Amino acid sequence: MATVEEVKKLASLARIKVADAELEKFTKEFDAILAYVETISTVEIPQGEALRRGQTLRNVMRVDGEPHAPAMYTEKIAAQFSARKGDALVVKQIISHE
Amino acid sequence: MKKPNEMTIVEAARALRARDFSVRDLWDACSKAIEEKNPELHAYLEIFEADDVAIVAAQKRIDTEGEKAPLMCGIPLAIKDNILIEGKIASAASKMLANYRATYDATVIKKLKDAGALFLGRTNMDEFAMGSSTEHSAFGTTKNPHDIKRVPGGSSGGSATAVAAHLAIAALGSDTGGSVRQPASFTGLVGLKPTYGGVSRSGLIAMGSSLDQIGPLTKSVADTQILYEAIRGIDPLDSTTIPDGLYGTRELPKQLRIGVPRHLLGAGVNADVLVVFNTMLNKLAEAGHTLVDIELPTSAHALAAYYVIMPAEVSTNLARLDGIRYGLAAHGETLLDDYINSRTEGFGEETRRRILLGTFVLSSGYIDAYYRKADAARAVLRREYTDAFMKADVIAFPTTPSPAFLFGEKSDPLSMYLEDIFTVTANLTGMPAISVPMGLVERDGKKLPVGMHLTAPHQGESALFTLGSAVENV
Repeated sequence: MATVEEVKKLASLARIKVADAELEKFTKEFDAILAYVETISTVEIPQGEALRRGQTLRNVMRVDGEPHAPAMYTEKIAAQFSARKGDALVVKQIISHE
Repeated sequence: MKKPNEMTIVEAARALRARDFSVRDLWDACSKAIEEKNPELHAYLEIFEADDVAIVAAQKRIDTEGEKAPLMCGIPLAIKDNILIEGKIASAASKMLANYRATYDATVIKKLKDAGALFLGRTNMDEFAMGSSTEHSAFGTTKNPHDIKRVPGGSSGGSATAVAAHLAIAALGSDTGGSVRQPASFTGLVGLKPTYGGVSRSGLIAMGSSLDQIGPLTKSVADTQILYEAIRGIDPLDSTTIPDGLYGTRELPKQLRIGVPRHLLGAGVNADVLVVFNTMLNKLAEAGHTLVDIELPTSAHALAAYYVIMPAEVSTNLARLDGIRYGLAAHGETLLDDYINSRTEGFGEETRRRILLGTFVLSSGYIDAYYRKADAARAVLRREYTDAFMKADVIAFPTTPSPAFLFGEKSDPLSMYLEDIFTVTANLTGMPAISVPMGLVERDGKKLPVGMHLTAPHQGESALFTLGSAVENV
């Protein structure tokens, strides 16, 4: 059911590459997994209220409080950046002004 | 007297207060054992330097507070590599985060630090918690101390081996589809997955956010209860955590009704595992508990539902790992290349497989048939369990269909997924579940432990501890 083309497309969506050498094996394994999880479509689902019985909604929003002190975590976070200039994260320019 | 590192939390806590040995002695005993055995077993990815300040503070606390000091004070623990300890690397056993230093403590770590517990190191796991054998770690495999040709289970295999080989008094793991309970079964330990929301996920590297829970791996049920009490609680940093009593309180009868879904225990389970299971059930019946037949029809589809929902959530959670703010950065020509190169190089094969699976089940044209259907099946399963809990206090079955398998035996991904067949339901329903050693089976002349799996209603951990103790003492 899953084709090499479909796997390539999914990989592109997920920002991942599957190497050409791996592609066929990967697709076969992927296909077998899909065939298994597809069985979920055979489950009978009762409609509406009966399904949500016993699950109530509750408010989990916290009360607005004081924010933490400014710059408390900045250095620790910036230390993890792959490329850094001061406290700023350096990335490739994607919008040019030419 | 047992060596300090071979003790349980209860025994070590008692010995510390009786001054049989000091906190430093206990730490040193664990360190020495790690030095001797970790090179072969590879339970730990990194062994931490002794935190002298913490050791001295823990000793002082025991000296001054004695019985009033928390039981976890001075106890050295192994921590799974996906739980953040500030300043330490947390890599989730992946190349993607190989050099990532945690910028904050996970809530469970903070609670343990407040109680005076100590951390020996970070343990090996399947990369991003994806696996049932720890074979998918980017940094090598971990061996099962009962038979070094066999896996310790996964994804918390490193934590399990650390405790089973007495390289720690106890450990924390994480459980999304069985990753604490299955390794517990394979290594002869007790492993608990708390009620969803019982323990904070703040500081746990996320895999499947509606499924994940941090849980203890220990040498006894009493230890599991102690460690669970130390880490649980509502947390403002995790809005999925729950207050006590949210699901009402249940009076537990002295004689428990043990529900057994016989229809699930057929050809798929190894015959000798079933024998051990039934033998234990009979012993529990002799001890006064009642066995009740129950039906959980949708359980047959639980694994399929899990392998739709979990990859979907994984694909979302791992989208943040793109080589920009943290993690491996493999640059290319364009920004898109940066993303693709970083993610392709940083993620192992199983991780990439599950991301693609998740991408598929969430994609337009398939989302209704797969993800939404699986989500609905999940609700049906939950209702079946709730109905079964009208007739039973605890539901029992074997934790795994077989004992620990050999390295490389489950190289086909689907065969690995089938390992989770019994454990995933507790993650799907959010109900608490425990694996307790129930006996031994033999493979290739080696005796291997297998666990009994007990599920209770939401916030019903006390039933698990009660029946778990009964299993231990029978």
